[in-house]
Amino acid sequence: MLTYILRRLGAGVLLLAIVTMVTFVIFYVVPRLAGQTTEQLATMYVGKAPTPEAIQATIDRLNLDQPIALQFWEFIKGIFVGAEYQFGRDIVQCSAPCFGYSFQTYQEVFPEIINRLPVTLTLGLGAGVIWLVGGVTVGIISAIKKGSIFDRLSMGVALAGVSMPVFFTGLLALAFLVHAWGIFPSPGYTPITENPLAWATGMILPWLTLAFLQAAQYARQTRAGMLETMGEDYIRTARAKGLKERTVVFKHGLRPTLTPIVTIFGLDIGLVLGGAVLTEQVYSLNGIGRYAVQAIVQSDLPVILGVTLFGAFFVVICNLIVDLLYAWVDPRVRVSG
Amino acid sequence: MTAPLDAPESAQKAEPEAITEGVRNTANRSLRQIAWQRFKRDKVAMAGGVVVILLILTAILAPVLTKLFGYPPNEFHQNLIDPLTGGVLNDPNDPMSGLDKTGGISGDHLLGLEPVNGRDLFSRIVYGAQISLLVAFCATLLCVFIGTVLGIVAGYFGGWVDTVISRAMDIFLAFPLLLFAIALAGVIPDGAFGLTGNGLRVGVLIFIIGFFNWPYIGRIVRGQTLSLKEREFVEAARSLGASNTHILFRELLPNLVTPILVYSTLLIPTNIIFEASLSFLGVGINPPTPSWGGMLSNSLQYYTTSPHFVIIPGLAIFITVLAFNLLGDGLRDAFDPRSSD
Repeated sequence: MLTYILRRLGAGVLLLAIVTMVTFVIFYVVPRLAGQTTEQLATMYVGKAPTPEAIQATIDRLNLDQPIALQFWEFIKGIFVGAEYQFGRDIVQCSAPCFGYSFQTYQEVFPEIINRLPVTLTLGLGAGVIWLVGGVTVGIISAIKKGSIFDRLSMGVALAGVSMPVFFTGLLALAFLVHAWGIFPSPGYTPITENPLAWATGMILPWLTLAFLQAAQYARQTRAGMLETMGEDYIRTARAKGLKERTVVFKHGLRPTLTPIVTIFGLDIGLVLGGAVLTEQVYSLNGIGRYAVQAIVQSDLPVILGVTLFGAFFVVICNLIVDLLYAWVDPRVRVSG
Repeated sequence: MTAPLDAPESAQKAEPEAITEGVRNTANRSLRQIAWQRFKRDKVAMAGGVVVILLILTAILAPVLTKLFGYPPNEFHQNLIDPLTGGVLNDPNDPMSGLDKTGGISGDHLLGLEPVNGRDLFSRIVYGAQISLLVAFCATLLCVFIGTVLGIVAGYFGGWVDTVISRAMDIFLAFPLLLFAIALAGVIPDGAFGLTGNGLRVGVLIFIIGFFNWPYIGRIVRGQTLSLKEREFVEAARSLGASNTHILFRELLPNLVTPILVYSTLLIPTNIIFEASLSFLGVGINPPTPSWGGMLSNSLQYYTTSPHFVIIPGLAIFITVLAFNLLGDGLRDAFDPRSSD
């Protein structure tokens, strides 16, 4: 058990290192491969219409004229120890974890991300509960009643669901459910501490929209997994020794089906919490994902970098949590550990 | 050897020719023929296939179609637009006639008009199909290329090569793709690699999607290679002194064509949605070139007055993705040796 946990922790740290490296490559190496000079690269970090002095200052601050290895070292150091940027006579401290500093708005990126985190967390966790419970339930019923009207109908809806981009579902909901028919109130985020009712009613559509797409995938996957499991010999044995069908399905059938679902859920929830970019954009929710999209419009590169890095970290951490949960769910892991 | 119970009369005589003749009708079909028979019976998958072919024809014939049934995709028809709301007027001669609920759908404009600029939606949808399919197909090709090479190498050589490649696949699948794609699109300047404008955009999109989605193919190919490499024909080739390259690309690869084909059909819709998402976020195709995702991005401002501008590009994506999904599911079932008959 302990070796298993240590091994997963080691893998998590390795993944973090790789993700950090890939992010560095995207932001510092790819532009150069695309033929950018040091000045042009610096321009992308300063933003619109910079003065030559500002460009030179940015080159110095980010060490853009130094060898790549040194730039990487400074990049890593910034994340874990923090960084200092000089503006004329002032020195601005970007304290650890420094996910970058916007030279356009003169703000540290990390606190801005933390400010927007409640929106993304609300959206992701709320939708996550709905799609996991909904998708798995529908999948199980479909598998048990294979070929029934319920099965055909729900699998038809699920196929339609996986074929619809989340921003199309969202736009349809906005145009019809909110605007034309007025069934739902206008979506928006109110902090739960301010008004719990407004918090829930404002988020209900974003939750359902995001959950619909994911639930469709989960229902298909659960059904397929369940059908495979129910064909196994040990299920026949369980039935033959006279167990109740309910026990057979829930104790023997469901468990091996759920293990891969838990893995995928860990991945998906990590991705969503790192910024549910499309859902946030379509409903104008000021979460982490929308922060990155707005930064593109303003070509504020440090913000995009910070959000990318943060999102990647979130995925790694969620993966790690799932791996550790595994040890608890799946007895084989505990034994072989 | 006894003749099968239900063998035809002639086979009972146990003459060699007679036996093979009886068998030829049933068992002497190749896997592909069996699959095709099964596929033909799958009405839903066939429908998906027909729609896919129609879509490809639409994309190829876009210039002809717009000439016959539409207007140039960037021609403005602002005389039909209500200047206040941006919606399409009921009567172009009367600015007070209110908004057309269908968005100006008529014999003249088959799918209505875009709000504000009043460009012909039919033409923009048809040209959008071109971009969408081009990007999705090329990106899928790139996925297939990277995925096949790395998957076959990982499966065949095993050991540390397999460990490295498999871990790489896990890592790629764990990446926040959309954020990385946004980042990449953000750092690449307007002119690079000898390309500019939308030529560069299309190239970047293909590269991003292909580069991030290859592990889906890679995993399948690796798994298939693992089971194929233990088979006798590979043993035989090796004992005859065939080189690794020969075994990989002459012996194994031909046997991988079917699964690769099936799973690339299922990857195309994923890639179509990916392209649409990037264009929706404003990091895909640059306007005024029409793209389905870009249109939906614009419709975010006009859904109150022009709901048709949400429905039409959205349906275009939905129908395309659904058709590819149905076709892919059907192909997978048809080629699955475990499925009955």
